[in-house]
Amino acid sequence: MPENLFKVNKEEYMLPGNRSCQGCGLSLAYRYALKALRENTILTVPASCLTVLHGLYPTTSVTIPCLNCTFASTAASAAGLVAGLAATGRTDTTVVAFAGDGGTYDIGIQALSGAAERGTDFIFVCYDNEGYMNTGTQRSSATPMGAITTTTPILTKEQNKKDMLKIMEAHDIAYIATTTPAYPIDLYDKFVKAKRIKGTRYMQIHVPCPPGWGYPPRDTVKMARLAIETGVFVLFEMENGKFRFTGRSKSLAEKGNRLPLINYIERQDRFKKISDEQLHSMQKFIDNKWNEYQKKAEG
Amino acid sequence: MAEVQIMTGNTAAATAVKLCQVQVVSAYPITPQTSVTETLSQFIESGELKAEYVRVESEHSAMTVCISASTVGARVFTSTSSHGLLYMHEQLHWAAGSRLPIVMCCVNRGVGAPWSIFNDQQDSISQRDTGWIQLYCRDNQEIIDTVIQAYRIAEEVYAPVMVCYDGFVLSHTMMPVCLPDADMVNSFLPPYKPHTILSADNPRNINPVIFPGMRKNSAGILCDGYMEIRYKLQETLEKSRDVIVSTGIKYSKLTGRDYSGMLWHYKTDDAEVILTGMGSIATEATVAVDELRLKGIKAGVLGVRVFRPFPHAAIQQALQNARAVIVLEKDISYGYEGALCSDIKAALYGTGINPPLHNFIAGLGGRDVKAREIFEAVQTSLTEMNNKNTQNKTIWINCRQ
Ligand SMILES: Cc1ncc(C[n+]2csc(CCOP(=O)(O)OP(=O)(O)O)c2C)c(N)n1
Ligand code: SF4
Repeated sequence: MPENLFKVNKEEYMLPGNRSCQGCGLSLAYRYALKALRENTILTVPASCLTVLHGLYPTTSVTIPCLNCTFASTAASAAGLVAGLAATGRTDTTVVAFAGDGGTYDIGIQALSGAAERGTDFIFVCYDNEGYMNTGTQRSSATPMGAITTTTPILTKEQNKKDMLKIMEAHDIAYIATTTPAYPIDLYDKFVKAKRIKGTRYMQIHVPCPPGWGYPPRDTVKMARLAIETGVFVLFEMENGKFRFTGRSKSLAEKGNRLPLINYIERQDRFKKISDEQLHSMQKFIDNKWNEYQKKAEG
Repeated sequence: MAEVQIMTGNTAAATAVKLCQVQVVSAYPITPQTSVTETLSQFIESGELKAEYVRVESEHSAMTVCISASTVGARVFTSTSSHGLLYMHEQLHWAAGSRLPIVMCCVNRGVGAPWSIFNDQQDSISQRDTGWIQLYCRDNQEIIDTVIQAYRIAEEVYAPVMVCYDGFVLSHTMMPVCLPDADMVNSFLPPYKPHTILSADNPRNINPVIFPGMRKNSAGILCDGYMEIRYKLQETLEKSRDVIVSTGIKYSKLTGRDYSGMLWHYKTDDAEVILTGMGSIATEATVAVDELRLKGIKAGVLGVRVFRPFPHAAIQQALQNARAVIVLEKDISYGYEGALCSDIKAALYGTGINPPLHNFIAGLGGRDVKAREIFEAVQTSLTEMNNKNTQNKTIWINCRQ
């Protein structure tokens, strides 16, 4: 495993000049994910910002084969690839589904639950930019409380973020990992590991989105880091039901020095209407989740 | 000699799938289709058919599995009915747009609300414009034979084929079926060659975003835009008529059963009154025709096997001497008339063939349509057709109005 960037696969699978926005967290994460997944991979991607990143017919900026699928069908599309490859004797290929939070938490959850329950041998990646970004920042069930979106323009989102990781945990799958573009080596290593494991693997990447969240494009890594420092997003792995903190979240857990939520919130325009009550409630929500994780880590 | 077995329509369909050595099956339960996939489960779990079976959580996923597995080169099958078919709607367009030779049985059933598990053809008719070839069967022999032909047609033209047959009336009714010989099917159906190989050696992004205009690829070649891709699908379905006919002729030669036309005929040679329809209602009409003939009315049946591509030229020819036409159908395009009726009228437009034409809407949600009722309704229609004002009419048969 590479301890530093020099040991990462040097091959580039994302050609320069893709169609994502400046400072897109997804685009940072995708580059390292593909480096870890390498050539013997087939991707399947639903309608999302990632479809746009891949480019307009007849050119593409990604050199790993990709089958685009409809919004609700991602995990079933992967299951079909797995079945088709098995039936035609191509068992050395890893099938990877890559969907946004809308395509995972909301419209894609049925197919994902089905594929996970069947133990389909594939990696499902949710890149979570916390909203329907491709259609212009609408609320999804992954949007955090207090965020302004174009469908929560005045009152902001009233509910907390859905705990998709817990839902996936309930499926008793082979591997669950969270990762972030803020720590590319963490991301790379987890994808390398996921590729080696058999069965259903679920990865969630927290990807800041400058236009959707309202911060300058140069601050994407800062935003991704603050999410971890505050415990809004937690780095961990679960293998065969066994939970462990990883990377920066591990040291935060050991030292108990998480930053207050406000450090993350105050830097994003989407939270400019958040009420004190919402902030308080969201802080409590995050603390509770953190405590749940700590209990799991203790076993 | 080919073996004859007594079997239901659903067993006939599953048996055809086995004979075609389908490699991936994916399906979801819905009446009256369910026993197709139950029978296939038996075949696969017992090892009689070597295939992957993906037991999905919905029809949307069943069609998706077929799409992806077909993309990487597997011969695939699914079957469904009614709400299952409607739930697939998005994926039906996606399958056709992807130019994949998927074969699906639609065991025809009415559509809610309110719930009905019984037969009509509203389900498949409402998927008419999804880019699928639609074939309709009139008995269980046709089911087994049509599924086998469907693979050959689909894999030759790269378009999906829906094999439609009436729920319960055929799906659950035992009939003698002459089993096609496995070696014969093997020679008739060459292995499936996918149009694209998904591999890192030649990476491709299949079905990406496309803009209205044509764009150049990296080699500077101007590639199709959305319209061109749509035009090609349309052209393919138009041309598939010839493939359907040539496939039917080849199959007829191998089996001695006649599939040489997109239409079938019953006593039409001297017929002045033509009854036409798809599936088992057309079979019922043959009994009514016999009764009409006893009354001295020269009637015949024109069965429509192929609904998409629409066999307009064959229909023009078959109706050129008709003095009256009755279109019987188990569907309705709300606010107008039956879908088959509209298509038949459109096929006759500008040809000078302009017989009085009545559209019988019958058997919706499993309402019984007896030959006797058809016989009586035809007689009434023939009288009404003498009046200029009632030469073109939609009539609901056996329905309180
Ligand atoms: C069935 C269906 N409904 C709606 C859409 C429109 N649509 C396309 S992309 C998208 C948003 C995707 O959001 P998400 O999955 O979170 O990915 P992101 O765009 O944020 O990367 C929506 C709503 C669609 N393509 N299909
Ligand atoms: S909207 Fe956000 S997620 Fe989408 S491409 Fe732009 S920065 Fe990336």
